[in-house]
Parts: sequence; C-alpha cells; structure tokens
Amino acid sequence: MSHEVHARLEGVTRVYPAVAGNPPVHALGPIDLDLRKGEFFSIVGPSGCGKSTCMDVLAGLAAPTEGNVWFEDKRVHGNVPDGIGAVFQEDASFPWLTVEDNAAFGLRRAGVDAAEIRRRVDYALGFVGLKDFAKAYPAQLSGGMRQRVCIARTLVLQPRLILLDEPFGALDAQTRLLMGDELLKLWRETGATVLLITHALDEAAMLSDRIGAMSARPGRFLETVETGWSRDRDSRMLEGETFGHITGRLWQMLRSESQRAMGHEGGVA
Amino acid sequence: MNRLTLIRLGVIVAFFGLLEILCRTGVISPFTMIPPSEMAIELWALIVSGEVARGMRQTLGNVAVACILAITVGFAVGAGVHALPRLRRALDPFLTTYYAVPFFVFYPLLVFIFGMNNFPMIMIGFLFAVVAMIINTLNGLDKIPRVYRKVARMHHMGRAKTALLIELPYAIPNLFTGVKLAVAYSFIGVIAAEFILAPGGLGYAISFAYDNFDNETMYALMLFILVLVTIINMSLHAYEQRLLRRQGR
Repeated sequence: MSHEVHARLEGVTRVYPAVAGNPPVHALGPIDLDLRKGEFFSIVGPSGCGKSTCMDVLAGLAAPTEGNVWFEDKRVHGNVPDGIGAVFQEDASFPWLTVEDNAAFGLRRAGVDAAEIRRRVDYALGFVGLKDFAKAYPAQLSGGMRQRVCIARTLVLQPRLILLDEPFGALDAQTRLLMGDELLKLWRETGATVLLITHALDEAAMLSDRIGAMSARPGRFLETVETGWSRDRDSRMLEGETFGHITGRLWQMLRSESQRAMGHEGGVA
Repeated sequence: MNRLTLIRLGVIVAFFGLLEILCRTGVISPFTMIPPSEMAIELWALIVSGEVARGMRQTLGNVAVACILAITVGFAVGAGVHALPRLRRALDPFLTTYYAVPFFVFYPLLVFIFGMNNFPMIMIGFLFAVVAMIINTLNGLDKIPRVYRKVARMHHMGRAKTALLIELPYAIPNLFTGVKLAVAYSFIGVIAAEFILAPGGLGYAISFAYDNFDNETMYALMLFILVLVTIINMSLHAYEQRLLRRQGR
C-alpha cells in the first residue's frame, strides 16, 4: 500500500438546514481525513454520528457546508466524480431487472459495447458468486445475495475508490464474516481504495488497514487506529490475540461516545 | 391450472348452475329472470344478427377513450402533484373525498357543454376513473426507495433519466393498479351514463329492453357486460399480480 493520498477531506463540516420549524442539524465535523491509495479504511462510530454523511460528502452526493473534498487531486463539491463506486446499506437492487441486467445497468448507461459488458458482467457475477443466478430476479434471492448484486453492479464499473455504507448491516453474523472475506478478495484483486462505514467494531477490525473512530454527533475523528494486518488476510484472524486488542481499543474509545449518542451524558462506570 | 383457479371456476359454475335450477324450477319467476343458458343463447343470437353491434362499438369506444384519457391525465397530474409537495398537501382532502361526489348530477351540465353526443358519457367515465389513476400514481412514486436516487447520481444520471429508467419501472406495479381501476371505473361511468339519457350504447340498450319488458335482450346484454368486464379485469389482475411477484411485493 502506498502513502499517496487518493482522497482527502479538509476541514469538512456538514450542517443540515432547518426544516419545518426544526433547528439546523450539525451532523459532521469539522473533520480531516487522508485516504491512502489502495488502502482499506473503515469508519466506526455510534448511531447517528454522521458516518453516512461523511460518505455522501466524499462521494459527491452531498456538498460540505464548510471545507473541501478532493479525489485524485480534483475537487468534489456535490458532484459525483468518475472513478467512485458506492454500495449502500439499503437494498438498492432493481427488482424489475434480472441479476445480470442489474449488474450491467451502469455499463449500458455509459454506452460500453455489448461484448465488453458481457465480459465484465460475467466476471463480476462469478466474483460475487451469482453466476448461477444471472437470470433470476432480486425477489428470488436472499438479502445477502441482493447485496452482492449491488456489489457486482458497482464492481463492473471498475471504480478506483469503493465506498461501502454498512453493506452487510442486514446480514447474520456468519454471513457477514463470509462476505467480509469476499470483500477482502475484491479489494486485493481490484487494487481499489475502499472506505467502509460500519457500526460493527469486529468487522472494521478484521477488514481494515486503518480505522477511524468517530465521536457522537457532530462526528469528529477521535483517533485513527492502524491494524498492521498483511494484505493477504481473511476472517481466520478472528482467532488471533491482536484482533481482540484492536476491537477492545476501539470499544474503549467509543463506549462513552455511544452512551452520549444514546442520551446517557454522564456515562456509566 | 392451479387449485385456486379451479376453486374460482367452481364457484362461478355453481352460481350459474344454481341460478339455472332456480329459474327452471320456477322458484325464480320467468318475469323476473330468465335461465342463464337462455341468456347465453339470446346473446349469441344478438351477436350473430348484428343487432347490438353498433351499441357495443359505441360503448366500448367510449370506454376506451375515457380510459385512455383517465390514464394519461391521471398519470401526468399524479406525477406533477408528487413533484410539488405543497400542492399535494392542499389537494389531499379533495383526493381522499373525491369518490363521495355523485358525478351523475353533472350530467345535465355536461350535455349542456358538449351536446347530446358521446362526450358527456366519456366525461362521466373519465371523471370516475381519473382519480384512481392519480392516487395510484402518487402511491407508486411515494414507494420509490430514496436510495435509488443516490444510485442514479452515482451513475451520473440526470433527473429525466432517473425518472425514466429507475423511478418509472419501480412504480409500474402501482401504476398498473391505477390502470386496472381506471378500466373498471370507465366501464361503470360510461354504462351508467348511457342508462340515464344516452341515445345509444349498451347501457341504453339494456334500459330500452327493461322499459319494454324484453327480458331476453336485457339479460343477454347484462351477461355480455358481466362476462366482458370480468374477463378484462381478471386478465389485468393476473398481470398485476405477475408484476408484483416479480418485484417481490
């Protein structure tokens, strides 16, 4: 992994304007973040701390209220740049399209020729283990498989920065671990930079090179933890002692923040 | 043919069978109702003789025009109102109480405006059907998951492409429910309007047969409308269910 900066957040703040008599919501920041090219970075934090807002700002889906966002040395300001792909927490597969048509959706919009679409879709579906379900509709698949359809749809576009907003949030623990392995395989094979938003500390500890722990709203980075894992890792690291140390350290940082987010300001001894 | 379809067919056959027995045994007087088999024979005779062909053409034509108008206008108004939340809040009470309005009271006004021709019937059918389409368009557009808009932006799609390639396909099952209701309401509106004052059409033919104690023609035409509307609605319903199943709803 190089230390070349792939994407940068500089003093980014996001305030949602007042709506229908409710006051403005200061959701995020100010935060600074350098995403290194080819790294796997996770953001953890209590519910509602602005993790998803952070991803939206980086993707160009929302403009920062203050500060600047850069991707490959170009400013991002509420416009989605080329080279960024995103998978969201919610099921975003298109139920009226088959699995292969879902995967090909972005390529068809981009006017890629049919043979290239076929090649990339075949590869992506094989990669996410859905080749046998190419002609199925999302309604015929499980939640995890539908999420893999969305991953395939993003993967075919060959993004250089992949943003994942709690993509395994709806899955059971065992499936999450297996999907985590798949994600690591994807990251290794594509060489893309990955930013994962998650509330699961173990998921972040297992997958990431670095983990940014965020405070309760308005989200700010409390600390960035370097895991020191080799690139060739998988879920078997859960058995190791280091894994427990990293998770423990993250929880130490986030416990009082989570209590604050739940409204227990004083904390519990 | 699955078991449910067989049960449905069984219910229909049993109903008409019972009616046949009651009519044939005199429990139901022949002045009140003729047996269903005679209705069918009479209907066939009417179709073959071409006696009611003009009326059928007129009614089905009016229904088709009312229906197409209701679907087009209903979709356009629904999409427009959905895009303007303030207008929607203002219109909501009118939309929810719309079917409390007895449209037939406007018939004289419609005759005054359009004259004694097909337009008043078409307008009654249209008025009956249009709000069902508006409401179902709004329902369909309301249900579009917000995450799709993010996906569209990630694919660099503008507003029009998002609407055409993502929002519209997602909303199609609900829109189709609107179409199904628009077809049913157009039939009700047009045929009921023909009953009142129209110079032709199936509604007029039934009314004319009733006034002249022509039970055979009256029941034959009633059977025709019943069978036609049932077939159309069941076909639309089956297709609607297929769309809903495909989308896992």
